[in-house]
Amino acid sequence: MTEEQKLEQFQARIDAEEKIEPKDWMPEEYRKALIRQMSQHAHSEVIGMQPEGNWALRAPTLRAKKILLAKIQDEGGHGLYLYSATETLGIDRDTMIEQLHEGKAKYSSVFNYPTLNWADIGAIGWLVDGAAIVNQISLQRTSFGSYSRAMIRICKEESFHQRQGYEIMTTMMNGTPEQKEMAQDAMNRWWAPALMMFGPPDNDSAHSKQSLKWKIKRESNDVLRQRFIDKTIDQAHFIGLEIPDKNIRFNKETEHWETSPLDWNEFKQVINGNGPCNHQRLNHHIKYHNEGNWVREAALAFAENEMKLETTTN
Amino acid sequence: MNTKDAVYNFCLRMADNNLISGQRLTEWCSRGPILEEDLAMTNLALDLFGQAESFFDYAASLNGNVKSADDLAFLRSERQYYNNLLVEQPNGDFAVTMMKQFLFSAFQKLMYEALTESNDDTIKGISTKALKEAKYHFRHSSEWVIRLGKGTKESHERVQLAINELWRFTTDMFEMNATDEELISTGISANLETIYGKWNFVVGEILKEATLAIPDAAKIIKGGCNGMHTEHLGHILTEMQYLQRAYPGATW
Repeated sequence: MTEEQKLEQFQARIDAEEKIEPKDWMPEEYRKALIRQMSQHAHSEVIGMQPEGNWALRAPTLRAKKILLAKIQDEGGHGLYLYSATETLGIDRDTMIEQLHEGKAKYSSVFNYPTLNWADIGAIGWLVDGAAIVNQISLQRTSFGSYSRAMIRICKEESFHQRQGYEIMTTMMNGTPEQKEMAQDAMNRWWAPALMMFGPPDNDSAHSKQSLKWKIKRESNDVLRQRFIDKTIDQAHFIGLEIPDKNIRFNKETEHWETSPLDWNEFKQVINGNGPCNHQRLNHHIKYHNEGNWVREAALAFAENEMKLETTTN
Repeated sequence: MNTKDAVYNFCLRMADNNLISGQRLTEWCSRGPILEEDLAMTNLALDLFGQAESFFDYAASLNGNVKSADDLAFLRSERQYYNNLLVEQPNGDFAVTMMKQFLFSAFQKLMYEALTESNDDTIKGISTKALKEAKYHFRHSSEWVIRLGKGTKESHERVQLAINELWRFTTDMFEMNATDEELISTGISANLETIYGKWNFVVGEILKEATLAIPDAAKIIKGGCNGMHTEHLGHILTEMQYLQRAYPGATW
């Protein structure tokens, strides 16, 4: 079979909504695109532990402490699960981490913003995880089987995160004037970064077209963003939070909320490493990864010794 | 001391050990040597916070002046915490943390085992449930102590250094005061001298397997159960209590 015929057959399978599995033939570009997207997704889960971990020691109640820790653990678990799913494409976790450290692999830009007050933990759960869910529900139908199954599993936990985030915001909006101020401040800072999580507008998205054709992505950035905007504005108003955008307007004809254009220059700057926490996040990951070298070496040496002992005694 | 006060004090001691230990483990969040261990450490912390909450809830129910478990966890001052000195020691490297965890979870496991026969039904109930977790914590940390002891030259040196540093704080776990006297006589808690004997044996076995030497250090530093702490506790509390102290009366 020629490359061209293989490609045609591959596209036919995609068009018929068949799932592609790790051992199936796939175009190199499809494999690369998936590795890029899935490893980026895994790294995002892991880097996302930092801004939330920033409040783990200061959570204000025993219950809040437990919920936040459980949530961070879920994120780390998603990271592990996604690293494994990505490994089915023929790349190992060490290489992916190396690519992250070298800046060749990215993570979600939203984690380059700081968590400055307790309401930020609410805002991350509600807005950041909320945006992630909209994206991930769509990705449950992605054409690559391992990724699709990962998304189905992860979505269940993310919707719990979103609820607990909204609960923090609700409690604070029902609280003291200072608490309300914190909640609104968090809203003001996280609104635009959350909307940018869906990626650049459709007419300016580098990888979108091919990804849609291969059904790696199922819906466009703008469609997903609009879905998130529509459900989130109502939720914000319900607890008395203002949307930090004076131009929002409900269009009765389209039944959609209209919002101001986003500052895509800032988005590009943050993606390119110039956001408030880019250096901090990456340096943190590199530092603690390197500090763990001796532990990983010891564990490996121990396992090898044990194996040798077993062979000699048998 | 009457029994009710003794039970209250004892619950605080148990809760504080869990709370402070959990707080120290939480410091590892996003800093673990490998993602799996990062998650394991926050998982341990999560168990410990759960145990702390159970003991705080019980303590709060015994004292009419205390509104909630959170008040006990977040609004006492340094001298009113009764955790052992070992758990408030800084994390150091992974070897220090695992050694600390090992020495503490060996104690906790034996303590909960004894408390499953307590004459106080609530303490008995909490301990029966917590014992399952403590057994896992002990297994996890002892496996690491052995792995590091027998891993590489570097890991052996680090984990030996860890026990050399921490050993001096271990007798504090077995110090007794009037609270223990009352609870031993009523069959509610165990004699810590007996626990100490068992602890020495269990810990000794694992250290031997890990090829580690037991330090020959004087062990006179005590005071946790009487609210006398090292300099570290104040800083832990400053961070942990920040929101509760800065916004009194707020609901979170």
